[in-house]
Amino acid sequence: MHSPKPNPETDWPSELYRILKGADVRQMSYVPDAGHSQLIRMFSADHDVTTNVLTTEEEGIAIAAGAWLGGQRSVLLMQSSGVGNCINMLSLSAIGRFPLLMLVTMRGEWAEFNPWQVPMSRATQPSLEAIGLKVMRAETAEDLVETVESAASLAYESDQQIAVLIGQRLIGKKKW
Amino acid sequence: MSNPSQLDRRVAVAALLKNRKDMLVVSGLGSPTYDLHATGDRDDNFYLWGAMGGAALIGLGLAQAQPGKRVVALTGDGEQLMGLGGIATIGVARPRNLDIVVIDNQHFGETGMQASHTGRGVDLTAIATACGFAATGTVRTLEEVQRLAAQMAEPVGGPRLFVIKVLAENPPRSLPSRDAVFIKNRFRAHLGFAAA
Repeated sequence: MHSPKPNPETDWPSELYRILKGADVRQMSYVPDAGHSQLIRMFSADHDVTTNVLTTEEEGIAIAAGAWLGGQRSVLLMQSSGVGNCINMLSLSAIGRFPLLMLVTMRGEWAEFNPWQVPMSRATQPSLEAIGLKVMRAETAEDLVETVESAASLAYESDQQIAVLIGQRLIGKKKW
Repeated sequence: MSNPSQLDRRVAVAALLKNRKDMLVVSGLGSPTYDLHATGDRDDNFYLWGAMGGAALIGLGLAQAQPGKRVVALTGDGEQLMGLGGIATIGVARPRNLDIVVIDNQHFGETGMQASHTGRGVDLTAIATACGFAATGTVRTLEEVQRLAAQMAEPVGGPRLFVIKVLAENPPRSLPSRDAVFIKNRFRAHLGFAAA
């Protein structure tokens, strides 16, 4: 029996899960986020992956470095407001050339209802670049899947520190 | 404020790690890194010179990747206070092979010896207990450190946090390499992973 080919336009979290599993990711850390909820569920149900729920995003930077010291690849999920919490801890990844892959859902840039999200949204890419990360952005599901595939290779095989920013338009307007 | 302890930090760390065998040790920036280096430079030491608040969490990622090895995060009271949330994260993760050891002089020794929160009554062991740690303890004498060192080799059901109260002083610096890529690759090579 053949399963139907997944449609990346509607099921990009499953595609990201497939790519990250294919890249042998064994640890996932996250600060809960609606845009990442499906990916969080899939990893949490996977007994081959250790998941850590964080109290603040920078913890995941340190955990990722520890995982690599111990021979495992990890991925970190957060939203853009959490990037501001990470900047000093990212010096660890930068100075140690630790492979790092962060998937960051954007807030404050597309149909945002909460003005308090806007300043950090504006600061996300420049502050990541200022501390030395490579930033990749995706605005469509298809582009996101390709971008994460490329970012995973760059991070784990070329020791790069990468944040993939997932455009807010892709997540859809938050409904209350 | 009363003196927390008469214990010399270098003597304490040397006694704690004397028979460490194949323990993997991560040290937090400042004096714990100098203390660890003073016990002898080793491939299975990972020294932080920055990333404040990160030592215990690097320990968590490492412990999860190497469940068959005991991991010790050696840190200071100032560093662990910056990573208080990490105690909750580690409590939830419940690694059976991670010990956080706080070398607690109750002061911010790197920045002018101001009294820290632990010097003003904050109890890190009580926080760890509330976060679900399997065991905690506070020691103040060399004999207690030696008993702790023996206890650390025993199997345990979850993470532990121990506070070693020491004199507030700055012994002469004992400086490991500041080249993080070198320290990282050396550590990974020790575990059998080739440098990328």
